Amino acid sequence: MRGLFDKHVAAEAIPLKGTRAWRKIGGLFLIYTALAAGSLLYILPLVWMFLTSLKPSYQVSSPDWFPDPFEWSNYPRSFTYTGLDFGKLYLNSFVITILNVVGTMVSSTLVAYGFARLRAPGKNLLFIILLTTMMIPFPVTMVPTFALFNFLGWLDTLLPVIVPAFFGNAFNIFLLRQFLMTVPIEFEEAARIDGANTPQIIFRIMMPLILPAEAAVAVLTFQNTWNDYLTPQIYIRDQSLYTVAQGIRFLRGSINPQWELMMAAALLAMLPVVILYLLAQRFFIEGITLTGIK
Amino acid sequence: MKRIKSARPLATNEPIWNKRAAFNHREAIAFYLCISPWLIGFFVFVAGPMLASFLLSFVSWDYFTPIKWVGTRNYERIREDEAFWTALRVTFTFAALYVPLSQIISLAVALMLAQKIKGVSFFRTIFYLPAILSGTAYVVLWVWLFEPDKGLINNLLDRLGIKGPRWLSDPNTALYALVIMSLWGLGSSLITYIAGLKGIPEQLYEAAELDGAGKFGRFRYITIPMLSPTIFFNLVLALIQTFQSYTTAAVATGGGPLDSTLFYLVYLYRRAFVNQEAGYAAALAWILFIIILLFTLLVVRSSSAWVYYENETGKERRK
Repeated sequence: MRGLFDKHVAAEAIPLKGTRAWRKIGGLFLIYTALAAGSLLYILPLVWMFLTSLKPSYQVSSPDWFPDPFEWSNYPRSFTYTGLDFGKLYLNSFVITILNVVGTMVSSTLVAYGFARLRAPGKNLLFIILLTTMMIPFPVTMVPTFALFNFLGWLDTLLPVIVPAFFGNAFNIFLLRQFLMTVPIEFEEAARIDGANTPQIIFRIMMPLILPAEAAVAVLTFQNTWNDYLTPQIYIRDQSLYTVAQGIRFLRGSINPQWELMMAAALLAMLPVVILYLLAQRFFIEGITLTGIK
Repeated sequence: MKRIKSARPLATNEPIWNKRAAFNHREAIAFYLCISPWLIGFFVFVAGPMLASFLLSFVSWDYFTPIKWVGTRNYERIREDEAFWTALRVTFTFAALYVPLSQIISLAVALMLAQKIKGVSFFRTIFYLPAILSGTAYVVLWVWLFEPDKGLINNLLDRLGIKGPRWLSDPNTALYALVIMSLWGLGSSLITYIAGLKGIPEQLYEAAELDGAGKFGRFRYITIPMLSPTIFFNLVLALIQTFQSYTTAAVATGGGPLDSTLFYLVYLYRRAFVNQEAGYAAALAWILFIIILLFTLLVVRSSSAWVYYENETGKERRK
C-alpha cells in the first residue's frame, strides 16, 4: 500500500515539476512584460517633457518627437522670459525649504523625545491629542490662520511659510517617537553619568542614533515644502517673493504659452527633488512605508 | 518595521534615573519643556484656528472691516449656493473615480513588485518617481500632454487613427483628464502595498498550497485578508487627500471649464481669498471637515467587518 502510494506520488511529481517550471517562466515573462510596459508608460511623460524643452519654438507643434537642432538655450531663456526672475525664485524656495527642514527636524525631535522618554502627568492625553491632530484637514484652519498672519502683518513675507515648521509636525513627531523608543536606555544613562544635559542627550546622542528616521523626515519635509503651492499662494502675492512652484503656475497663466520654455522651467523646478530622490531613495521609501504603521 | 515592533515601552514602565521621587517633578518640567513647541503650535495653529473657524462661520467679515454677526445666514446661503453643490458633486465624482482606480492599479503593480525577481528596485524607482513631483510642475507637464492639438496624448491617439477629445478645455472630459493626471502620482500607496505584501509570512502561502489552494485562492484567502489593514489605511488616506486636493484643478483648469472641475478646495479658496469672505469660507471649511469626518468614521466603522488584524486574534489565542 505504502509503496503504491509512493509510486503514485513519484509518477505525478515529475511531469508536474516540468509544467511548473514552464508556468513559472511564463509567469515571469508576463510580469516583466507588464512591468516594462507600465514603467514605459510612467516614464514617457518625462521623456516627452525633456524632448519638448529642447525644441526650437517653431518645432513645438510638429508631431516629430525629436528636436532638430537641440535648443539648449531654452534652459537659460526659461529663467527670465516672462519677466519673472527665476533666479530669485529659486533662492526663495531654497531658503524656505531648508528652514522648514531644519525647523521640523529640531522641533519634532525635541517633542518626540519628550513623548518617548519623559514621564509627566497628562502625557497620555496629550499624546492622544497629538495623534488626533493628524486627522484635522488643513482647510479648517486655513482662514483663521490667514487672519492671524494678516493681523501680525506677515503677508507678503516669507514668515508664514517658515515659522509654523518650528512648532513640530504631528506625523513626524509620531514617527521619531517610535524610533526613539527602540533606543536602549543605557546609552542615555551612560551619557548622563558623564554629565550630559537633556538637550545634549537629545541632539548629540539620540539624533545620531535614529539617523535613518531623521533622514526620512528631512527628505519628506524637503519634498513637501518644495512642491507646496497652496500655502505660499495664500500668503505671498509679491512676485519677488514667489516660490518656484508659484512661478511655474505663473507661466501656466500666460495667454500665449511657449511650451518649450515652460517645459524647460518645469523640468528645472522638478530637478532638486528628483536629485534628492535618486540620492536618498531609501529614506523616501522608508518614510512612506512608516506611515503604514499606526 | 521590525525595530518598532520590538520596542519595549521603556518610558512608561521604567524610571530613567533610579533616584527618588524628587526627580519626577524635574522630569515633568523637562517633559513640558520638550513638548512646548508642539503644545504652543497646537494652540496657535490648530485648536485656536479651529475654534475661530467655527465662530467665524457665523459672521460676515472681509479680514479688515469690523466683524458682523449674522447667525446661521452663511449656512443658509450655502444651501442655496449652486456653486457649492457643483463643488460637492465634482469632488465626490473625482473621489469615486480616483480612489478605487488608484488603489486597484497600485495593488496590481505592487503584487508584481513584491515578487522575488530581479530588477524590482529599478521598476519601483520609476513607478514612485512621479509621486515625489506632485506640484505645479507636475500639473503643467500634464496640461502640455493633454494639449488638444500638439500634446503627446492626442498625438499618440492620432497615430492610432483616433480623434482625441479636447480634454481640459471640454467640460465633458476635463474631470476625467484630471483623474488620469492624478493616477500618474499614485506611488505612495504602491510603496505601502509593497511593504504590506512583504510582511505576509511565506508559510501561509505554503500551507495554502498544500491544502490545494490555487493562485486565485491564495490571493483571495491569504493576500487580501492579510493586506486588509494596508488597504484600509490607504483608503482612508486617499479619501482624506482627495477631498482636500487643490493644486491639480487650480493649476490645470482653475475649476473650469463651466465649473466642471470645481474642486471643493478650489471653491473654498476662491471664497476665502479672492472674494475675501472669511465667514462664508469658514462655514464651507467646517462643512468639508464634517464630510471628511463622516467618511473617515464610515470607513473606520466598516473596517471591523473586513479588516483583519493579526495581533488581535493572536492575543486572544494566547489567552
